[in-house]
Formats: sequence, C-alpha cells, structure tokens
Amino acid sequence: MAAVEPALTLRGDNRVRRRRIVNRIAEGSATLAALLAIFVLALVVWAIAKRGASELSWGFFTQDLPLPFSNESGGIAPLLVGSAILVGLATAMALPVGVLIAIFLEEFATPALRAPIQLAVDLLNGLPSIIIGVFVFGLLVYGHPQNGWAGSIGLAIVMLPLVTRATQEVLRLVPSAQREGALALGASRWRTVVGITLPAAAGGILTGTVLAIARAAGETAPLLFASSIYARTINWNPNHAMPNLTVQIFIWSESVDPEDHKRAWASALVLLIFVLATSLIARTLLARSRRKLENR
Amino acid sequence: MTQELGRGRRLRDRLGDPLLLGLTAAAALGACALIGVIAWKVISGAHLALSTFGLSFVWHETWDTNKSIFGALPAIYGTAVTSLMALVIATPLALAIALFLSELAPRSLQVLVGSLVEMLAAIPSVVLGLWGILVLGPFLGDHVEPWLHNWFGFIPLFDGTPESSGIFIAGVVLAIMVVPIVASISRELFLSVPSELEEGALALGATRWEMVRGVVLSSSRPGIAAALILGLGRALGEAIAVTQVIGAGYSIQWSLFKTGDTLASRIAGQYQGAATKLQVSSLFYLAAILLVIGLVTNLVAQVVVRKFAFRGAGAR
Repeated sequence: MAAVEPALTLRGDNRVRRRRIVNRIAEGSATLAALLAIFVLALVVWAIAKRGASELSWGFFTQDLPLPFSNESGGIAPLLVGSAILVGLATAMALPVGVLIAIFLEEFATPALRAPIQLAVDLLNGLPSIIIGVFVFGLLVYGHPQNGWAGSIGLAIVMLPLVTRATQEVLRLVPSAQREGALALGASRWRTVVGITLPAAAGGILTGTVLAIARAAGETAPLLFASSIYARTINWNPNHAMPNLTVQIFIWSESVDPEDHKRAWASALVLLIFVLATSLIARTLLARSRRKLENR
Repeated sequence: MTQELGRGRRLRDRLGDPLLLGLTAAAALGACALIGVIAWKVISGAHLALSTFGLSFVWHETWDTNKSIFGALPAIYGTAVTSLMALVIATPLALAIALFLSELAPRSLQVLVGSLVEMLAAIPSVVLGLWGILVLGPFLGDHVEPWLHNWFGFIPLFDGTPESSGIFIAGVVLAIMVVPIVASISRELFLSVPSELEEGALALGATRWEMVRGVVLSSSRPGIAAALILGLGRALGEAIAVTQVIGAGYSIQWSLFKTGDTLASRIAGQYQGAATKLQVSSLFYLAAILLVIGLVTNLVAQVVVRKFAFRGAGAR
C-alpha cells in the first residue's frame, strides 16, 4: 500500500473512486461466474428433461430393448436391472474393503505406514476410469466372453477410494474421548472399534457409500470393455454381459438413427434423476450427521 | 460361571484384536497392491506393441488398421490441447466461483449455490457428452466458432471451417467438468485463510478485492496450483464425454475446429472390438501412456497438497 500522503482529504479522490470501481467489477464478475455455473447446470438439466420426458411411459420402463433400426418403441427394463446388479455387486465389494482400509488408516496405522497407503488411496481416486476399464479387460475379459463380474469389479475400484475417504472423515470426527473411555473400561481394541467407533460413524459411512453409488451408477468407462455386448432381454446372471444404462446411452448417442437419440435422452433423464436425487439426499444427510458428530 | 464367561471373552479378545488388525492391514496393503497390479497389467498388455514399435510409438502419427501401423502422437497432442483449453476456460471461472462462495455470498446462498455447483460435478459424463454432441456441439459450431473465426481467424488456432464436433467442443465440455472440481477445492482453501488476516487487511482500508488479492489469493497459491493440477488430471483422463464430441479424427492440426482424439477417447472409441492382437496391444500402449501421465499429475498434486497442508498446520 502507498505511503500516507500528508494532504489526504476525507473526501474520496479519484484514486479511491478507481479502487472502488475495481472492487465492484471484481465482485460483479465473481457473482456472474457463480450465476454462469448455475446457468449451465440448468441448461443441461432442462435440455435433458425437455427431450427425455416426452419419451417416458410405463412401457419404457418395463419392455425389452428395441431391435436396432426398427420402429418398435421398446423399453429399458434390461438396462435398469443390469445397472442395479452391477452397482449392487460393486457396492458389496467396495463397502467392506473401503471401511477396513479406513479403519486401518485411522485407528491402527503408524504415521510411517499411513503415508504410503493414503497416497495409494488418493492415486486410486485420481486414476482415469478408462484405465480401470482397460485393466479389468486385460485381467478378466481378454480371451473370455464379456461378463458382469468384470464390470462390477471395475465399478468397485471406482467406489473404493470414495468409500475409504468418506469413512476416514467420519472416523476422524468420532471424539477420541469415546475411544479412550471404552479402552479405559477394559474393552479391547476390536471391541472398541466394533462397538463404539463404528456405530458412531455408521451414518456418515452410509451417506458416503450412497455418494459412491451415485458416482458408480454414472460411470461408463469401466464397463465399456467388460459389459457392452449384450442381449436385448433382462439378464440376472453376472456370468454374462449385462445390459446397462450408461453404456447404452453411449451407444445410442453415437448412433445415426434419430429414434436412438430419443431413447438416449429418455434414458439420460432417468439416470440423471437417480444420480442427482441420491447425491442431493446423501449430501444433506452427510452435512447433518457431520454436524451431529461435531456438536457432541 | 462368571469366570468362564470372562475367560471366553478374554479368548475372543485375544483373537479379535489381531484378527481385526490383520483384516484391516490386509485391505490397506491390498489398496497399495491394486495400484501395482493395475500398472503391471496395463503395461504387460502393451508388450506386443512395445516390442513391435518400441518407443517410437510415442512420436508416430499414423493409426492404420489395414497396414497395422500405430502411433500415439495425435492422441497425445489432442489430450494436451483439450486439457489445456479446459484449464484456460475453467481456471478464472472456478476461482471466481470459489471467491463468491467464500467471500461474497451470504450464508444461505453459500449453501445453495455451493450444492448447485457440486451437482454440476455429479452429472454423469455420458449424459454431459450426450448433451455435448446433440445440443452444445451444433450451437458452438453454428454460432460461436464462426464468430471466433471471423474475429480471430488470423490466429492459426481459430482458422479452418467450424464444425459441430471437434477439439474445441471437447475443450468446452471438459471445462464444464473441471470447473466444479477446482471451485470446490479452492473454496475450502479460501475458507481456511485465517480471518484475522482478512479483517486486518480490511481494517487497513483495503477494499474487498484488494484484500482478496493481497491476502486470500496470495496465501493459498500452492493450494490453487494443486487444485488446478487435480482438475487437469480429470480433464486428461476423461474418456466418454470426449469420445462423444471430439469426432475421432487422427491428425495433428493447429485448428481447434478440426476433429481430433485424445488418449482416453481413442481407447474408448474402440470398444466394439479391435481387429488384431497388435491393435489391442496398441490400445494398451495408449493406456500405459495415459497411466504414466495420470499418475505423475496426481503425484505432483498430492506432493503439493501435503507440503501445503503441513505448512498451514505449522503456521497455526
């Protein structure tokens, strides 16, 4: 800041006015930027709602996939079932492992052990999901038929760091007085973790998992080489490739048939509603459970 | 009776403690091993292409399935250009949004706008890509690109005929994905700036903008760098949305309006199956290059984050 001038008057001179104007412009552009982000969100949601809503009907949710280049309307029932199974299996794999990693990091690990494991979790989190897709393809699909297991393992790798991070955050919020109290009463470590720490953190772990599910449900790349060539009917068996929403939206969006574009819009609407609703609910619950733990 | 119960419990405790420790340690080591296994599998899948083309794969420009000649340079170029473009667009926007959320907005708006920006990040990439190819692409191709071409056509970047799919549109879609990531990290950074410093600057007569520039931005510079690198990592690795809008051209050109491809989108575009083993292996090679770039980017970001967090904790 400039040195104080002796002839400083109390009335604003030109410099003060200029500083104020610069300030206004800065505040204005920050507000505009926030508005722009909301505008883009509204634009995307509105575009999908407008084009997708007219295609939705009861049959759309219950019928099998239409034959390519046919006039039959068809539906997305196999996609809904397949996506639900893929994400469900992925959750069943990622949730326990993710929670265990978080317990190790927060309750057992020494700082020297913590650093590399935390780094591995963070690197997994930053891994491009197409790499996970290629990895799962190389490990489980190359030389075999495509199958649902490979796809769900890919999704589980996407979910794992998310579950771990969310669990770590709530575990850190559990007051250490509770742990110490249990240990002082003579409870062993595992009893303290299972009986005191985990129940206190359960709400946060649950919402963190729901967020991870919302993310996995929208992932395409891990499934692209594992579960993209499938039948038009409902498949309950993960030993075969499973029809799923994201890959089918991708395929339809690449198609030249305008009918396929309509189907893509309607499926995108279904997916978007699911993802936005679950992440909104989870975020609200997360904020609440965090507040509860912090106030305790 | 009570004694027996106690003994049973003691036995369970003696077994339970090492069991839980063993289980959690195994899971944690598994996470470390997973990174290694992924790297090993991707690189071993590239073995055939590595032994056929060697390192020259990286700077070769052709992708010819008939002659079985593959090279990665156009994909590397496309990855760099689209990611840089996304960062150039996203950085000022994301920082401005973060400043609005941390310094300007009243509490009620903070929560609302904050969660709306996070929703933008929650949109699945395949849905954003669908919008990108059917709505945004035609709009940019019809209106924005011709305008840029008219006014800035003398710059090689904006030379060429506008199209409704291509590098330019991929850059814009990636920017939409990067903004919420950088914004939410920067917002946390700005909120963690000690309020005494901010109030001190204001008390000395600084305007809000001068306070932001002198205190908030300057004290969180390393954190902003880490946020930008994490955003860059997101942009580098995005496959699906880019595949949908970039148009799968395979050449190196100055013009942003031309179709192109990135490492990730070239891999994703081949999902219907590659013809030969060499082609599959070449895709693994692309994946290995992307893996190295992605790991290095994330490592750099983590190192910066850790250094910065440490310094922040020490200062307090």
